[in-house]
Amino acid sequence: MREGEDEWTGLMRLAISGNNSAYHRLLKAVTPVLRAGARRGLARAGQPLDQSEDIVQEILLAVHLKRHTWDVNAPLAPWLFAIARNKLIDALRRRGRRVFVNIDDFAETIPEEPAAETASANEVATLLQTLPPRQREVLQSIAVESASIRDTAAKFAMSEGAVRVALHRALTGLTAKLREQ
Amino acid sequence: METEQLIRTLAADNRYRARPVGFILTLALLAAAPVSFLMFMTALGVRPDVMTAMHNPFFDLKFVVTLALAISAIIVALHLSRPEASMKGWGWLLLIPVGIIAAGIGSEMMLPQRLPAMTRLIGQNSRICMTAIPLLSLPLLAGALVGLRHGAPARPALAGAIAGLISAGLAATLYASHCTDDSPLFVVTWYSIATAMVTAAGALIGSKVLRF
Repeated sequence: MREGEDEWTGLMRLAISGNNSAYHRLLKAVTPVLRAGARRGLARAGQPLDQSEDIVQEILLAVHLKRHTWDVNAPLAPWLFAIARNKLIDALRRRGRRVFVNIDDFAETIPEEPAAETASANEVATLLQTLPPRQREVLQSIAVESASIRDTAAKFAMSEGAVRVALHRALTGLTAKLREQ
Repeated sequence: METEQLIRTLAADNRYRARPVGFILTLALLAAAPVSFLMFMTALGVRPDVMTAMHNPFFDLKFVVTLALAISAIIVALHLSRPEASMKGWGWLLLIPVGIIAAGIGSEMMLPQRLPAMTRLIGQNSRICMTAIPLLSLPLLAGALVGLRHGAPARPALAGAIAGLISAGLAATLYASHCTDDSPLFVVTWYSIATAMVTAAGALIGSKVLRF
């Protein structure tokens, strides 16, 4: 087991108990590992590596929306890598490849920093345009303008609860659209 | 969108708490059960001699088998709703109903019978059995699939098949109270065929709708 995986488990437990910054740190910590696994899978399938960021974002969305299937008493890594493999296989199939993802594509990878810190992906950004306007505005306010829930609520004259609901719906909507592709 | 932006957004949504899969599965099955029950009561109904039939252990055994199937399938389904789970170490649970029916066949063989084994196996209701169980399963199958969609099964077709077993087990429990064929030989033949149909349907639908 890689050093740091215990730390991931701890961070996820904190996140579930309501600690947003622990959650932020966890997602930041796993992203380079997910990226390296995605690149490895793409390379194996003979696909251009520049799609890796799309896959990373899909994995992150799935991790977020399926957190409740993680058993808090179990280590996080096997669960995380299972989701990552599943999403990688999906993504490669969508691109017309029937590939077997090596079980260790994720578990064995060396964390990799993105070419630039600002690795960007197109899929999520494109699908963003198909969301209902209010959900899109809320998501963009928080994602792109890094506004807080409160600021976003003030900006759109919404309650904070309504912003939270719109945000969550936007994320579920994006994930559903990614799956439909 | 930059990944860093997505991460920030997900963290902002951290407060959202999804219900456990078991909770949603229970709700979905509880919502579907009255539909199947109503279908059963309007089209078939409980057999008229049910009070006497209850004294026949082979009548009662039908419920033990079908409920054992439904319960073990629910346990396996909840396990499989986690992405890192596999059937390893859990598949044996599905053999419990098989073992029960095998024991039933064994005991029936040892008792004196009025009718020959082949007649008991063929019974009177095979056609209704094979129609009623799949039809009564449909609302329950929909419920089971809705419940499992809330999970993250790594193998959607397999999870769908297990959803099929859950719904067939519950539908067969209803049907068993209508059917006058109580021989375990009848049950093992026709109930199994009906269950296999529902399981296949569950696998097919599951492979489409249980991807996460």
